[in-house]
Amino acid sequence: MNDADTLFRLSSLNAAYAAAIDADRLEDWPNFFTEKCLYKVTSADNHAKGYAAGIIYADTQAMLRDRVQSLRVANIYERQRYRHIVGMPVLGKEPGTSETSFVVVRTMRDGKMELFAAGVYLDRTVTGTDGVLRFHERIVVCDSGRFDTLVAIPL
Amino acid sequence: MDLPQATWPAGLTRVPYWVYQDPDVARAEQSKVFEGPTWNYLCLDIDVPNAGDYRTTVMGAMPVVVARAEDGEVVAFENRCVHRGALICLEDGGNVKDFHCVYHAWRYDLRGNLKSVAFRHGVNGKGGMDDSFRLEDHRPRAIRVTVLHGLVFGTLDPDAPDIETYIGPEITARLRRVMHKKVEIIGRFTQALPNNWKLYMENVRDTYHASLLHLFFTTFRITRLSAGGGVMVGENGVAHASATMGAPPTADTSYAGIRSDNDGFRLDDPSLLDSQDEFHDGIQLQILSVFPGFVLQQIHNAIAVRQVVPTGIDTMDLHWTYLGYADDPPELRAMRLKQANLVGPAGFVSMEDGAVGGFVQRGVGTAENVLSVVEMGGTTADTADTRATEASVRGFWKAYRGVMGL
Repeated sequence: MNDADTLFRLSSLNAAYAAAIDADRLEDWPNFFTEKCLYKVTSADNHAKGYAAGIIYADTQAMLRDRVQSLRVANIYERQRYRHIVGMPVLGKEPGTSETSFVVVRTMRDGKMELFAAGVYLDRTVTGTDGVLRFHERIVVCDSGRFDTLVAIPL
Repeated sequence: MDLPQATWPAGLTRVPYWVYQDPDVARAEQSKVFEGPTWNYLCLDIDVPNAGDYRTTVMGAMPVVVARAEDGEVVAFENRCVHRGALICLEDGGNVKDFHCVYHAWRYDLRGNLKSVAFRHGVNGKGGMDDSFRLEDHRPRAIRVTVLHGLVFGTLDPDAPDIETYIGPEITARLRRVMHKKVEIIGRFTQALPNNWKLYMENVRDTYHASLLHLFFTTFRITRLSAGGGVMVGENGVAHASATMGAPPTADTSYAGIRSDNDGFRLDDPSLLDSQDEFHDGIQLQILSVFPGFVLQQIHNAIAVRQVVPTGIDTMDLHWTYLGYADDPPELRAMRLKQANLVGPAGFVSMEDGAVGGFVQRGVGTAENVLSVVEMGGTTADTADTRATEASVRGFWKAYRGVMGL
């Protein structure tokens, strides 16, 4: 596959991922990952220092489903939504790796909007036996390590 | 300070809402609490392992530099140049031979002593400082430092009691239980909260709310008030430590009909809750605080220190440092990473603690002379063998009213 095809497939995956979250189709979100995977939300500073912990850390698709279920039935937080703006992927040297910049605007229940997060997705993707491209690893490296009150919805 | 003190009756069971809203209170807190006879958590010992290492932190609103001096001692001083008041250190940390203020290059040693002034004798025989100027007459405020089991605390009060007296022997032992061997930082995050800092500290000390507000905990039986446990409160109210023992073996009905009772909720991947009884005492959760703004958390194997930093009357930052032990076996470290999902800004539990203070701050917006009710479990701030009590919250106000003179 040439780079143009790869970029198109990655961009489509990123667009579908963002659309699912932004349209509150959170139940679709785990399906963008392989069964065994790594999804972690961290900051540039933590990433640079090699600190392993994230504010969200999941190494199976089931853990991602649990997070969605917890948000739906357990956690208390004010209604809010995200709007992701996702850049064009930059292909990594190693096959299957790429990085993509993102910006997320959050709109709260009362209409208050703010620039909520900006950073880069560090991704490893694989094509499954079903021909579908999925994230095997998505490290969400936020430029800032300071988060406003709560990060309920995944980035 | 002109405060409506008449609206604050004596005792520990009523708290007027103006205490979270009044700018005069916030100003008085800086001098009487954070710069008063209290011990403030500054950083970890391992943040400054070698001579010349430094880390910047705060005592309330006061910027502070913690450094390791040449002789190995941990020292701290106000992060303010004695010349024009600029920050001496801009970075979070690093290693230096000495400190230079960026503004006019005044130079300080690792203990904060002023060592030289740029162009002190002028240039080409012109300008410069007067001959009467003495370096030793000027220095940023020195902070008295103590290192307790790897935690660095500081106070501006030379007469403050030593830290173990301040915290009390029982709760110092609970602190040592967690900080008993060399720790390692595994993550560092800041959570910005939309509430007065005291609302957060009350939440930390509130053993009553945990299983009611946090459905995640309750449903998975990480904690229920019907599980064993209790809360220790120091005699002066300064420190508290709550403990939750293992979950009861059978279903109980004490939560029937309460929103957080939902036995139908199960995890697809229960490995999130895999944990080890690494302290060999059956205590699944221990939350410990030291007035004014320090929290040490053990939630299963998720260990963290939290530093409360007021950033305004109705805003604060919570600085989280996630910890492991230096000798963690890989499988235990992996558990810590997964259990970290419970805490922090996206924590299955902590996200609600991060939000509920804002609900109070907004709720009491025009109720400055109304009193909140802190009466669960009685009227005193004594150690209790139940968590269905607000004894520890009353302990906070005991310590607070003491230093504030309110």
